[in-house]
Amino acid sequence: MKSLAQVVFSSFGSSVGKKLLVALTGLALLLFLAGHLAGNLLIYRGPEELNSYAHELHTALHGSLVWIARLGLLAAFVVHVALTISLARDNRAARPHAYAKPATVQASIASRTMILSGLVILSFVVYHILHFTVHVADPSYDALVFDLHGHKVPDVYSKVVKGFSSVPISAFYILSMALLCTHLSHGFASVFQTLGLRSARTSGLLKLLGGLYALVIFVGNVSIPLSVLGGFIKPIAH
Amino acid sequence: MESKLNLTLKVWRQSDRQSQGRLVTYPAEGIPTSASFLEMLDIVNEGLISNGEEPIAFDHDCREGICGSCSLVINGVPHGPEKATTSCQLHMRSFRNGDTIYIEPFRARAFPVVKDLVVDRSAFDRIQQSGGFISVRTGSAVEANSILVAKDDADHAFRAATCIGCGACVAACKNASAMLFVAAKVSHLNILPQGQPEKDERTIRMVQQMDAEGFGGCTNQYECEAVCPKEISVDFIGRLNRDYAAAAAAETVTA
Repeated sequence: MKSLAQVVFSSFGSSVGKKLLVALTGLALLLFLAGHLAGNLLIYRGPEELNSYAHELHTALHGSLVWIARLGLLAAFVVHVALTISLARDNRAARPHAYAKPATVQASIASRTMILSGLVILSFVVYHILHFTVHVADPSYDALVFDLHGHKVPDVYSKVVKGFSSVPISAFYILSMALLCTHLSHGFASVFQTLGLRSARTSGLLKLLGGLYALVIFVGNVSIPLSVLGGFIKPIAH
Repeated sequence: MESKLNLTLKVWRQSDRQSQGRLVTYPAEGIPTSASFLEMLDIVNEGLISNGEEPIAFDHDCREGICGSCSLVINGVPHGPEKATTSCQLHMRSFRNGDTIYIEPFRARAFPVVKDLVVDRSAFDRIQQSGGFISVRTGSAVEANSILVAKDDADHAFRAATCIGCGACVAACKNASAMLFVAAKVSHLNILPQGQPEKDERTIRMVQQMDAEGFGGCTNQYECEAVCPKEISVDFIGRLNRDYAAAAAAETVTA
């Protein structure tokens, strides 16, 4: 009899098994993006709303909720990236000799650039965490505090305004969101196909929903640096 | 009067498995538009033979679009520009006078070139042998109608079973993946009652053999479906993924 470890390893070590994990982690990341965007959009309701949301998020369950989420996301992200890189290498090796006259019948550009868009998103995520979470890019963010009903809490609002006042930083965020948008436009429907939940009856709907989802994530996120640069989101008046 | 075409062919020539191949340019003149693509190659080969040159090797058998022998990647598309058509059923009226046509073998690590345009597709045979069958006891045969099959299931299984195993899906896939072929072969039996006893084992073994042969994985671009001469649907790939997940889960929790 095969041991549990052998069964799990052989089931999830095959190409189809790896893709199942890529789809499941992709789904987790898709859901996270929706939550993250919803939180981000609170900036339009002003500094108090955004900062109190951020404060609640960081103090929920005595501050452990945010760490549970972070560790879960990190695990999903690492599995998603490591397995797709492994699969992409196998895929490349499967055709050692390219066609002299290659042709594409219907594959979208988004579907053919998943690894490229994915790697740019990876570098973006690293930068994004260093920028807004760890404050490595600009240590002066540590000093930004907001007076929330007498409590001194981190001033997320001012960090965002300060960060996106820089054109190069905003441009990098916008470019990354554009690539995230193409990544999601293919990834959304792919999740369902890989999990075996797509059929001829649902394929049109899934494609449409995937496109819409990608567009909402893109427009919602990109609106923030654009609003800062355009002066619609203003620094807190002191 | 039937019109004739003068074409330029760029054909992959490779003398054996080991040697380096290259694209060679041949004129193909006076080709009737009623000729099939393979008949066009026959005409070119007649000319090569009469000049004392080695004819272009290519696979063919029934020339009726049902055996799955013919291959050929024509201008980058397996089986050429017509939808739901094998190379043997592609006719020269699909081309224009003066066209340059690239003719290459199916490209995949799992389909090594044997000679010119002929590739070794025995990887598909080994995938079939790993689980693409049902076990039936010898002896007195049961009455055929004693196993009832719902009409929808029979139709669905038949749509998968129309796969002729030509390998165009592999040739078209950006990853040289055999998922459409494997999905068709797995589904064809997994949908029918006769296929149930070995369903999970079949699904896992055929996927493992597919991986062992060196095919790539599916990235859901559906180039395979677009070129399949039998229009096998990528829905079967979704079904294979689902059957695989269920089989893997069952294997994990049962002894």
